[in-house]
Amino acid sequence: MAIDQKDMAVTPGDRSGGDAASLLVASSGRRTDRLFRSVALVAGLLVLAILGLIAASTTHEAWPAFRSEGLSFVTSSTWIPAEGKFGALAFIYGTVLSSLLALVLAVPVSLGIALYANEAAPSRIRRPIIYVMDLLAAIPSVVYGLWGFIVLAPFLGPHVYAPINDAVGGWPVIGWFLNGSSGRSFMTAGIILAIMITPIITSLSREVIATVPRAQREAAYGMGATRWEMIRLAVLPWGRGGIVGAIMLGLGRAMGETIAVALVIGSQAGQITTHLFEAGDSMAAVIVNQFGEASGTHRAALVGLGVVLFLVTIIVNVSARSVVARFDRRAQGF
Amino acid sequence: MGADLDDLFVRAEDGELLLRGTTGRSRRIRNRLASIWMVGSVVVAVIPLALVIGYVLVKGIGQLTPDWFTKDLPAVTRRAGGGMGPAIVGTLLITGVAAAMSVPLGVLGAIYLHEYGGRGRLARLIRFMADVMTGVPSIVMGLFVYTIWTIAHGLSAFGGALALSCLMLPIIIRTTEEMLRLVPDELRQASYALGNRKWRTVVTVVLPAAFGGITSGVMLAVARAAGETAPLVFTIGAARNLNLSIFNGPTTALSVQIFGNAQTPFEAAQARAWGAALTLVAIVFILTILARVVSAGVARRHNA
Repeated sequence: MAIDQKDMAVTPGDRSGGDAASLLVASSGRRTDRLFRSVALVAGLLVLAILGLIAASTTHEAWPAFRSEGLSFVTSSTWIPAEGKFGALAFIYGTVLSSLLALVLAVPVSLGIALYANEAAPSRIRRPIIYVMDLLAAIPSVVYGLWGFIVLAPFLGPHVYAPINDAVGGWPVIGWFLNGSSGRSFMTAGIILAIMITPIITSLSREVIATVPRAQREAAYGMGATRWEMIRLAVLPWGRGGIVGAIMLGLGRAMGETIAVALVIGSQAGQITTHLFEAGDSMAAVIVNQFGEASGTHRAALVGLGVVLFLVTIIVNVSARSVVARFDRRAQGF
Repeated sequence: MGADLDDLFVRAEDGELLLRGTTGRSRRIRNRLASIWMVGSVVVAVIPLALVIGYVLVKGIGQLTPDWFTKDLPAVTRRAGGGMGPAIVGTLLITGVAAAMSVPLGVLGAIYLHEYGGRGRLARLIRFMADVMTGVPSIVMGLFVYTIWTIAHGLSAFGGALALSCLMLPIIIRTTEEMLRLVPDELRQASYALGNRKWRTVVTVVLPAAFGGITSGVMLAVARAAGETAPLVFTIGAARNLNLSIFNGPTTALSVQIFGNAQTPFEAAQARAWGAALTLVAIVFILTILARVVSAGVARRHNA
């Protein structure tokens, strides 16, 4: 406290040029100020530095594979490490397919929960719903993977996929997506991913829905709208941008998810198929499954998969954040 | 928006529903269907949560003997016996080192964003990129640390901690900034009026005021990092024995043990995976609940 008072006494003095001692204190205060600002700035810049370093160092490490494969790294689906062939198309396909399946499953559920928690639930069960979402989000992905690998996949294969296949596998169009009944498959990966991204999409959508002005809701009710009509007319149009952003962030999360997918997708290298109940592979799963036994160009190619994954998720995230940011501006400006 | 409400108005008038104070049958049915969808969604989400937690509890609880926490991993994976001591210590050590690196940097970064950068161009860029960075897959962080650290220095706990701190940094920056935003400007002005410099104001007034919220955000980030597997697979190796050194030699972690043991066809190994899963989930839940308690305490104090 004594020092504080000294600082205070000195501050005016440093403009009018007081005695040497007080000048020293004042300027050292200013220097500390400048130093503190610089340190904080450096910490902030670290974010940019790390993102740049990730791009540079992984690309550098993957260069041997990129050089020997050229564009066919992303256009060929022939991945035979022993022959030095590294075409990642099938893995890119697997990543996209399993993530889209996850979205198809997770979006209706997430929106349902978000709308229920914000618009329809009695206030005493609102909190428990949020806790459930928190717990879902808190469970580590490897635990979902373990459960999917030992419990879910062995159940789904014979007890769900096979009967569905038998019943409607021969139908036109639908049959195109069926065939096969592998427990570890694109579909199982999609289901596990859907469980994992539901809390993310839910909580972000909830934040968006919460910003809908009360007057707008009441206006809809006042005109005699039912709850559903109120949601459709007042809540959803208002939140559309933010909800799209939330869904895209969920997509980004699903595409980068590794361990759970590696355990349940079946690791069938090179498979590009519309059959959802067959085994496949994703970029992240290939990296983690093959890294241990890989060396030389093979290892470079696996790092190259990481580079592709990085680029794709950056693109998805930047667009998602832009959508959300535009929504934020509008919500604040209103 | 106006058009939508007009639409509702016209539709209601057409059927003279509003005038008679009743709601048409198809509208009622649609409203009922929407309610079923919303409640059904909650049920659908609760089922996997209950199943996963149930399985982890039932299958894992039998493993948690005193030996589990103290003994080294067995030399032969397919045999029963041994413990998970090195992995428990590894998880705590790696996560702790990661927090020690990322928390100060993240809080400082947030201080720059909120107290200095504000709405400036650079601060907006950093804020945006921090958001983008939270979306970088954890396996990419693992590969990144592999290229800049592990290739040159070998497998170690520090490599894993580096990867985890890269994951935690943007989360801590963004949650801390949110908490700094909640500190009323009057507190800062009062501090300036007492002659305090900016750094002193931030350190002695703003940070203490936001301490609870920051702690809660940090704990959530730590909880998320503790469960990560992909960043550790390439960076820490798979030791069987306790390794307390941060920089020297491979170590192991609960998540890596779950991943490795799950994929073996042996019953003893899978049982070990369930035990490790229960231990990990317990650690993560305790951190998450502590974070909730801390933030609830802060909220109470704010309201009082």
